[in-house]
Amino acid sequence: MLEQCEGSHAVAKAVALSRPEVICAYPISPQTHIVEGLGQMVKSGDLTSCEFINVESEFAALSVAIGASAAGARSYTATASQGLLFMAEAVYNASGLGLPIVMTVANRAIGAPINIWNDHTDSMSMRDAGWLQIFAETNQEALDLHIQAFKIAEELSLPVMVCMDGFILTHAYERVDMPDQAQVDRFLPPYEPRQVLDPNDPVTIGAMVGPEAFTEVRYLAHAKQMQALDLIPQIAAEFKKEFGRDSGGLIKTYQTEDAETIVIALGSVLGTIKDTVDDLRAEGVKVGVLGITSYRPFPISAIRDATAHAKRIVVIEKCFAVGIGGIVSRDVRSAVRNRPQPVLTVVAGLGGRAITKASVHQLLLDAIADKLELLTFLDLDWAVVNRVLEREKTQRRSGPIAEGILRDMGTVLVPGA
Amino acid sequence: MEQSLVKFYQTGTFTVGNRLLAPEQRSVQSGAARSNSLNSGHRACQGCGEALGARYAIDAAMAATNGQLIAANATGCLEVFSTPYPETSWQMPWIHSLFGNTAAVATGIAAAMKAKGRNDVRVVAQGGDGGTTDIGFGCLSGMFERNDDVLYICYDNEAYMNTGVQRSSATPPAARTATTMAVGEHPGNEFGQGKNVPQIAMAHEIPYVATATVADLRDLEYKVTKAMSVRGARYIHIFVPCPLGWGAASHDTIKLSRLAVESGVFPVFEAERGEVTGVLKIRHQVPVEDYLKPQKRFAHLFGKKPDVATLARLQARADRNIRRFGLLT
Repeated sequence: MLEQCEGSHAVAKAVALSRPEVICAYPISPQTHIVEGLGQMVKSGDLTSCEFINVESEFAALSVAIGASAAGARSYTATASQGLLFMAEAVYNASGLGLPIVMTVANRAIGAPINIWNDHTDSMSMRDAGWLQIFAETNQEALDLHIQAFKIAEELSLPVMVCMDGFILTHAYERVDMPDQAQVDRFLPPYEPRQVLDPNDPVTIGAMVGPEAFTEVRYLAHAKQMQALDLIPQIAAEFKKEFGRDSGGLIKTYQTEDAETIVIALGSVLGTIKDTVDDLRAEGVKVGVLGITSYRPFPISAIRDATAHAKRIVVIEKCFAVGIGGIVSRDVRSAVRNRPQPVLTVVAGLGGRAITKASVHQLLLDAIADKLELLTFLDLDWAVVNRVLEREKTQRRSGPIAEGILRDMGTVLVPGA
Repeated sequence: MEQSLVKFYQTGTFTVGNRLLAPEQRSVQSGAARSNSLNSGHRACQGCGEALGARYAIDAAMAATNGQLIAANATGCLEVFSTPYPETSWQMPWIHSLFGNTAAVATGIAAAMKAKGRNDVRVVAQGGDGGTTDIGFGCLSGMFERNDDVLYICYDNEAYMNTGVQRSSATPPAARTATTMAVGEHPGNEFGQGKNVPQIAMAHEIPYVATATVADLRDLEYKVTKAMSVRGARYIHIFVPCPLGWGAASHDTIKLSRLAVESGVFPVFEAERGEVTGVLKIRHQVPVEDYLKPQKRFAHLFGKKPDVATLARLQARADRNIRRFGLLT
């Protein structure tokens, strides 16, 4: 049924349709509306056979989910930013134990400086934690991916993070096609755990493992993610059969067949990039877009094949690794290794800075003219940066950096000034 | 207390499962039907108070729930000595997740059982003092205030023994640990620090809080059984000597527990909804020195020139416990 609703509401409904048994909630922007919605559904009786638990921290949220999942319950939580970092130890633990928890990450920047707006630094920090990470481009896809996520997670007995851009998706009202319960029930069977805490068939979960077997256990985690490279497209196909929509999969391409320049990105920015590509195509520029839906496992072959003919690859990423540069682009480079095409890193949209069509348009023209350096920060204000560098050179006590910048920019009123 | 219907110490032996008793009065541990949940063959040190406490506590909980029990365990000695891969001593469903999240994991298990309508399956969480009073304290307090249906058991040996005897917030003043060495002007752990988690648990006004020691295992069994007869958040804090960490003889584990009680160092009581409902009275008060002397962690207080001032401060702490809980008749 078509519905005009907030992204968070669409996700809450999708999670509820997936019949979760335990939901743990801890507030953090921009995720909070999702668990608020679920809390209301449980309290009102719309979502039955489900425990909704208000916990005292994100670390507890995921820990409760770990206990619930190990006891055989379909378990869900949502977080963002600092919350994801605060639960980091439990993030690794959930995947290490092989528990199929589904968690929404409403992508948000990491402080300091504290910033509630969107970028991908939070989930990227957990990219090697053993979870599958799938990124939604639209609210419809966010909705669809959550339903698929439970199936993927439970099939593999691995946790799945569904990443959606904070505010840009979570707080945006868009039209979505909301499936009905019968459809979801046909697609998603009840959870059949591979391991469960059962007094009638007792097992020990979480024993200590020494060097004699640790490598094998870790390798199997990798092997399961490699299986996911086949499973994710398969489940996307099953999803299409039931719901009639293309959603999920490993990657999606737009105008890449004859493209000399291929832009790679994740999440909602793909819409802006596609619009820019349309404009450039109208000017006769052969450019296309590749969106990564499955970031973990990283679809090396799919990306390698889809970009084989391109002269250059431009990766626009909402995160970066301080001290080296790109994160996504580094993975893309390993996918296209031994090929002459340059992979250019563009860091953009940090802390919610808008990625505009105008900026992307100019960026791609520069890339095509081979004027782009290996690492570019889109719309970086050099005057601001240079002023701080100069101050640090001349003043020992140059003061707090972020506050100094805001003062320079006039965002903060200086008392008496 | 209610269990004082039968006074076992009358025999002078401190044995359990007296065969002269009627079957219903016998201890869980003396019965052939005991579950042996923490089975023999584990790797605890000789004289380990924690292994003894866990064996009695969990078997009593198993008996009280007809074996429908799931355990969540914090990282620490109990976890390490009971589950060296590929062996496990646990003859019950058991999970170890992390050091600081055991209460939350237990909450999750309890929630799963509730969602599935399995009200017969109960949950116990357990950890050492580090995993309970320090790193796991946030999750513990959260579990308490939500009144989740979990019995949390803390085995308190007063330091981080698994990592090599470092100070925790349960380490008593003056005690030597690897991070509060017996050097300097004030050797050992500081006075005026630490936290009393049983009393903090009481401040949450949860249905049941109790302390116990491995010197009185019948009392421990009674308290676990009672805890399992109640729904909601429950907390039992068990005093468990650690021969290795305390520098005590393996055969003195029970004796030290008894001296801790009889000196007033460790008050044994139970409380319901924030109110103390019973205390274990001291029969023959002993000076704290009797408790401290057999332990090398307090050796710097004795020797040729005993540290009279510090000993007096420790005695004053014990006396305060006696006054506060009315431990003397």
